[in-house]
Amino acid sequence: MDFELSDGEKEFRDEVRAWLKANQPRDRGSMAEGQKKFIEGRRAWQKKLFDAGYVGITWPKEYGGRGAGFMEQLIFNDEMILAHAPEPINVIGLGMGGPVVIAHGTEEQKQRYLRPLLAGDEIWCQGFSEPNAGSDLSGLQTRAEDKGDHYVVNGQKVWTTLAQVAKWCMLVTRERKEPNPRDGLTYLLVDMESPGVEVRPLVQITGDAEFNEIFFKDVVVPKSQILGQAGNGWAVAITTLLHERGTLGMALATRAQITAAELAEHARKLGRSSDPLVRQKIAQYTIEARALQLNGYRAVTAMKRNGIPGPEGSILKLMWSELNQRMAETAVDIAGPAGQVGDGDGWRYQFLRSRANTIEAGTSEVLRNILAERVLGLPRSR
Amino acid sequence: MEFAFSEEQEMLRRSARDFLAKECTPKVVRRLMESEDGYDAGMWKRMSELGWTALGIPEQYGGVGTFLDLVVVLEEAGRALLPGPLFATMGLAVPALIEAGTDSQKKHVLGAIASGDARATLALTEPSGRWDADGIKLVAHQAGDGWRLDGVKAFVPEAARADYMVVAARTRSEGEDGVSLFLVKGRPKGMAVAQLDSLDMTRRWSEVRFDGVELDGNALMGAAHTAWPQLKRALEWGAAALCAEMVGGAQKVLEASADYAKTRQQFGKPIGIYQAVSHRLADMLVLSESGRSATYYAAWTVDADAPDRSLASSMAKAYVSDAYRKIAGDGIQVHGGIGFTWEHDMHLYFKRAKSSEVTLGDATYHRELVAQALDL
Repeated sequence: MDFELSDGEKEFRDEVRAWLKANQPRDRGSMAEGQKKFIEGRRAWQKKLFDAGYVGITWPKEYGGRGAGFMEQLIFNDEMILAHAPEPINVIGLGMGGPVVIAHGTEEQKQRYLRPLLAGDEIWCQGFSEPNAGSDLSGLQTRAEDKGDHYVVNGQKVWTTLAQVAKWCMLVTRERKEPNPRDGLTYLLVDMESPGVEVRPLVQITGDAEFNEIFFKDVVVPKSQILGQAGNGWAVAITTLLHERGTLGMALATRAQITAAELAEHARKLGRSSDPLVRQKIAQYTIEARALQLNGYRAVTAMKRNGIPGPEGSILKLMWSELNQRMAETAVDIAGPAGQVGDGDGWRYQFLRSRANTIEAGTSEVLRNILAERVLGLPRSR
Repeated sequence: MEFAFSEEQEMLRRSARDFLAKECTPKVVRRLMESEDGYDAGMWKRMSELGWTALGIPEQYGGVGTFLDLVVVLEEAGRALLPGPLFATMGLAVPALIEAGTDSQKKHVLGAIASGDARATLALTEPSGRWDADGIKLVAHQAGDGWRLDGVKAFVPEAARADYMVVAARTRSEGEDGVSLFLVKGRPKGMAVAQLDSLDMTRRWSEVRFDGVELDGNALMGAAHTAWPQLKRALEWGAAALCAEMVGGAQKVLEASADYAKTRQQFGKPIGIYQAVSHRLADMLVLSESGRSATYYAAWTVDADAPDRSLASSMAKAYVSDAYRKIAGDGIQVHGGIGFTWEHDMHLYFKRAKSSEVTLGDATYHRELVAQALDL
């Protein structure tokens, strides 16, 4: 067991620290102040990070990554926390799109997709859920019809974050009906600028339209945009979800620490930090955020040994989502009646937005099933 | 960074688990918990032959291995509900001696502990039940070349069979200033140990009265009045050590409960198929894994003497105190009626969880320490 940094790692840490100090945006920005401004701000920030070599830290150099190890990624995440720096825009692409292309993509695909994803030039979204396929993803109905050198896609996806600005969609489609619904799926990378793609914003309980519906009407997708093998999309989808809950889990651990620190600051500003009940709550959240991060460190150590994130990643997502809800709720509560009027600090927005955390990217119920079945070996409930 | 135990430590874990599976069966635990002393001298000897009583003690005083090695063994001890003074000796007395003992005290007492010849404990809490410096009211007055101790220590673990006792006393003023540590050998005149009837029968708690106990000048550990910082560091070691026992116990409860849910049938199906049961088990897993992470990290900070050792040990004790209690209670629930019987072992874990929760400060106490560290 060792948490000490090597000399090289210390050097990297100091370099990142100095760079963030000099370059991070003064204003973190929040969705509450308007989506366009928020997204463009985060895109510009990602570009800046990319130019400095801080995006895709573990991704291979030849595709625009840094080619460094998990350790550098962790150091970078920690420095982002310390600096209170905002996240880059392309969260879906960085957490899932890139890793799944690296895992299942052809050489041409890696050359084509990874660099613009890292630079923030091309934003990615994830077309998995449908109106009738939520937790039960294999029930999806979006069809891909084989037309020789291309597919014609028809169907509908829903709850798609960033679809309104995305260039690429990771789309799971049904190519054939099979007795096992997990067979016959094909995983496509769809150009969101293709004719027949229509994005309709879905207004959420926050009043924002961060999620979308996507309608596909006779959309032509060249076969060069199949990821993995035709008919074998389930395996690619599972890799995506493992990364979603694993590597993205580490980013969530980082975010939880940031939120806990912001909540402490919020309590100080409100003059509530001497209230023993408030102190207890904030301390508890801080401890849980730290435990979440340490779980991630253990998972990363295991990943260094085994290569891919395990189902333990589901622990991170489950913990983070429920913790985040409690933190946002406490932030609103401790403001008293002022918590429900105005939104200077963005907490009212967070309070509402966090309700989706236990639904998106695997509901808490699905994640508990995964833990019960794949980690504890309990019988399948379905 | 490598957040996992080494191959050697995993071997130590396997050998500890094998040893305890043979020597510390549930039957043995029950025999010892009904016994007068609550421990088995023969087993202690065999544990010391395996080197367990030397773990974490510096080499020059007869020690072998690191605190992290000790943590591995304590986790297995907690899993097996090992009764007796392993935690009191290695988790409390040893760090107090390492931190505050004079060279001669270390040589004699740490040496005797390492070789398996002596057991020891720490007498800190008093009837107020406080774990902070203000709670230390037992008075030590200078008397000639020596000291005279008057007062009561209320919740001293494994005191009855301790050959040595580190006693926290007040030599002046209040708060952190004026705390001194004394090393008491055997049972000097005026010292009375009364074993208390306690919830967790696998541990022995005693009240120890000091009624004009006269000690030599060389009983003082280090300098007078200024022992609190050393004692605090010893308690950080103790918290990480206790958490290790607790996560070992929690893991065992989780495994037993998951196994039961796979085999126990109701409505024609194993009960683990029902999400009301399986989701409870998933929550137990989250608590167990997170407690383990917090504990291992705290143990590392103590072992490496990292600057955040105080914060890390408070975070671990806060988290694990709540987690073990919840897991042990849920373990009873998953087992249903059989889990509520004396015959089943679930209640032993439930009781150990509660007694460990309130030892070295409960979650509320440590959360407040964390809040202070956050400058709230």
